Amino acid sequence: MTRRRHSGWFWAQLAFTLLVCAFLIVPVGMSMLAGVTKNYFIGIQSGVTLEWVVKVWTDYRHTIFLSIKIALACLACTLLIGVPAAYVLARTQNAFTRTIEELLVMPIAVPGLATALALIVTYGTFGGFRRSWLFILVGHVLFTLPFMVRSVLAVLSSIDLRTLEEGARSLGASFSQRFFGIVLPNCRSGIVAGSLMVVTLSLGEFNMTLLLHTPLTQTLPVGLADTYASLRLEVGSAYTLIFFVIIIPLLIALQWASTPRAAQRPPSDDADFDVRSPPQPAQPSHRAAPAHVRS
Amino acid sequence: MGGRERLLLLALMAPAAIVFAAFFLLPLARLFVIGGTGPTGWSAYLAIVTDARYFRSLVSTVLLSASVTAATLVISGIAGVFLERNRFRGRALVTAMLTLPLAFPGVVIGFMVIMLAGRQGLIPEITDALFNERLVFAYSMAGLFMGYVYFSIPRTILTVMASAEKLDPRLEEAARSLGARPWRVVADVIVPGLKPAFISAGAICFATAMGAFGTAFTLATRINVLPMVIYTEFTLQANLVMASALSFVLGAITWAALALARSFAGSSVAAAG
Amino acid sequence: MSAPDGIPIRLERAGKTFDDGTRALEPTDLTIEAGETLVFLGPSGCGKTTTLRIVAGLDQPDAGGRVWFGSDDVTEVPIERRNVGMVFQSYALFPNMSVADNVAYGLKVRRVDEAERRGRVAQMLEMMHITELAHRRIDQLSGGQRQRVALARAIAPRPRVLLLDEPLTALDAKLRETLRVEIDRLLRSLAITTVYVTHDQAEAMALGDRIAVMQKGRIAQIGTPREIYQRPSSAFVAGFIGAMNHVSVRADNGYLIGSGTRIPWHGSAPGGQIMFRPEDVSIHDGSVSPAVMEGRILSAFFLGDHTRLSVDLGAGDPITVRTEARCSFAAGDAVRLSLPAERILWPEA
Repeated sequence: MTRRRHSGWFWAQLAFTLLVCAFLIVPVGMSMLAGVTKNYFIGIQSGVTLEWVVKVWTDYRHTIFLSIKIALACLACTLLIGVPAAYVLARTQNAFTRTIEELLVMPIAVPGLATALALIVTYGTFGGFRRSWLFILVGHVLFTLPFMVRSVLAVLSSIDLRTLEEGARSLGASFSQRFFGIVLPNCRSGIVAGSLMVVTLSLGEFNMTLLLHTPLTQTLPVGLADTYASLRLEVGSAYTLIFFVIIIPLLIALQWASTPRAAQRPPSDDADFDVRSPPQPAQPSHRAAPAHVRS
Repeated sequence: MGGRERLLLLALMAPAAIVFAAFFLLPLARLFVIGGTGPTGWSAYLAIVTDARYFRSLVSTVLLSASVTAATLVISGIAGVFLERNRFRGRALVTAMLTLPLAFPGVVIGFMVIMLAGRQGLIPEITDALFNERLVFAYSMAGLFMGYVYFSIPRTILTVMASAEKLDPRLEEAARSLGARPWRVVADVIVPGLKPAFISAGAICFATAMGAFGTAFTLATRINVLPMVIYTEFTLQANLVMASALSFVLGAITWAALALARSFAGSSVAAAG
Repeated sequence: MSAPDGIPIRLERAGKTFDDGTRALEPTDLTIEAGETLVFLGPSGCGKTTTLRIVAGLDQPDAGGRVWFGSDDVTEVPIERRNVGMVFQSYALFPNMSVADNVAYGLKVRRVDEAERRGRVAQMLEMMHITELAHRRIDQLSGGQRQRVALARAIAPRPRVLLLDEPLTALDAKLRETLRVEIDRLLRSLAITTVYVTHDQAEAMALGDRIAVMQKGRIAQIGTPREIYQRPSSAFVAGFIGAMNHVSVRADNGYLIGSGTRIPWHGSAPGGQIMFRPEDVSIHDGSVSPAVMEGRILSAFFLGDHTRLSVDLGAGDPITVRTEARCSFAAGDAVRLSLPAERILWPEA
């Protein structure tokens, strides 16, 4: 790192970065503002109102509740089946488990549209199932499961699981004592990050849900698309505002959960400003949780 | 590992495996079969290249995805390396804002594009003030391009930053000690060092742009990209066979792009070892 | 490109304070002669690498400090225009280039033409005995090979100054010794002004024309290896180079008296503690001069060519005795020692 005073080069890069920042954040602010503006065409001087938010709440709150219900159910499912799977994958490293690991990520690689169509052509004829919210849940579980598995797996691969477990065994711990007493507590950070990711993604999932839903099982993003397409801008904005109010705290929590905190780093034996070695990443990269989402 | 232990591990793996097989592998196989049951039989799978309409949309989708990937890599490369290499006040805030839209759904991003470049958007306002002309491009390929770049930036910046953090600053110092000017350091050390990150982030970017749907759905159903074509075939034309064949091909393309990149990035990661 | 023989380097009130307020280097004046090898020696955090980075141009001295290469003030000149060669502890070889491309890099950015470049690379590889590795990838090299490539790369552009930052630290002991000999040969043949940073005193003694022992951001002592070993200016320097015994004494009627200690001493006693090297004290052989210390052996390690004893004098830290006497020692034995008066050192109070 050069310690010279900031050069013109620095300011140019900073300006560029801030421009990118504005590109991402300005429309978010605009839409939140539009959601509480009386008439967006005139502008904010037309007055501030909660009229649109109330309208959205009355017309669309069932979509919000359904989305939260699905997200929580999806979280429960991915925890129940994903965490044990991640543990097995971390424990047994061979060609077979590597293939499973690859396969599990496929629902992210394959477009949601294709997955949804595949589900419809296979299970669409089971009327009761097709019409229930569980049909959407299945799609969400498929899509979010890889995030839970890889998030937990990343943490499990970064600790010396084998030695920890052998240590516990030498002390007489049974399998379940080890799993609940050693494994789960040690991958807590991965579970937290994975859970936040699963809930966030499930709440925003649209690609599959658009095909999987029925008029009676409309979720939040489907409702959003509906208002964008057919209603005035202020209503769409108000709806988006509600969505942001739900999703932004989750995203901030996600950033917080995935930032390695200084206190978690072991103290250095060699507190030496002479040796400025590059900072070590908190987790090995080859299995970092995929920050891979689709629109 | 004892036999009992092995059984327990199998039991722990089983739920995920069953769900995955029943709700993903089996349906995908079924999708494949259905794609071949139409009046044209298995040649439905060739329609994507033989039928001019499908082929055009395939080409435009690929071109769009490729340009989105290039733009995203350049933008995120500059911003990500800058943020990793410099410490200044407000850096954490800038980083947080740049990565906040991670996991925004496509529909919402479509709406963000409308906010920026739609009929009542910010950019038309600005161009109106500057040039007396309202530049509205949200509801076209350009709007879709903007939306996909918006969508890809946060994730790509994260990848670039993680990778830049692991770049040994001594390599840059070594290049400088040998007389390399800043731009040469970028070309000879930083870009090669970030290559694995660029390949994997670029592949994900490409694959998501190929398969993305929400943004296009919000902006305009007229945009001729493959996912929109599939959706139209399925809902409006009720052509289940064609929709199945096309979406299976689309899935194969995105999966192949990712697999290819993984093998590339993997080998160059090993080379940098 | 300037003369290959090197130039003097001068630091003028060069200090360094980091952004967080840590003072890494107190303002320092120092001249490194043309062609000289100066070794900065000290524990981690002593400021030796900071000094090197200031000479290199990777760090800038605090306001007021200046760096001179000969008659050029290079304080504001960034490293890429200082024409230095640098070798890093982690080698910092470019993983995306072959061995030959690494060595050629400095010539390439200087736009040396292809033919000359190739010739010079071949010459460098030959000089470092790595010709057969020319087309290898970096990750196919062992640590010692990497270090040879790093050296070849640094000297290929014929720099005015060679800077080595703990170049041997990452290697195992045996290889370290081999490469030390090679670096010595290389430095002698190049006669280039060299700054070498290490925390290994053996390396410093072997390679330095002069050694600057650093402590807490200051140069504690600077001198030839012999001066520093035989006349350390402080207990810190003495302890850092070689082992040193410390015994508390008081002057009393022509003797220095301490626990188990009674040394004839005519003159003043400048302090309450004496120092001496383990090899300067010997097992009393019963000759005319009386034994000056008596104690009990705590431990005895037979190390082949010598035996290392730890002796308890009754109070204070045990002292270390290095003896080549061919008799066997056992813990618990009483032992009598002699120490020539001229080998006694007095640390500064």
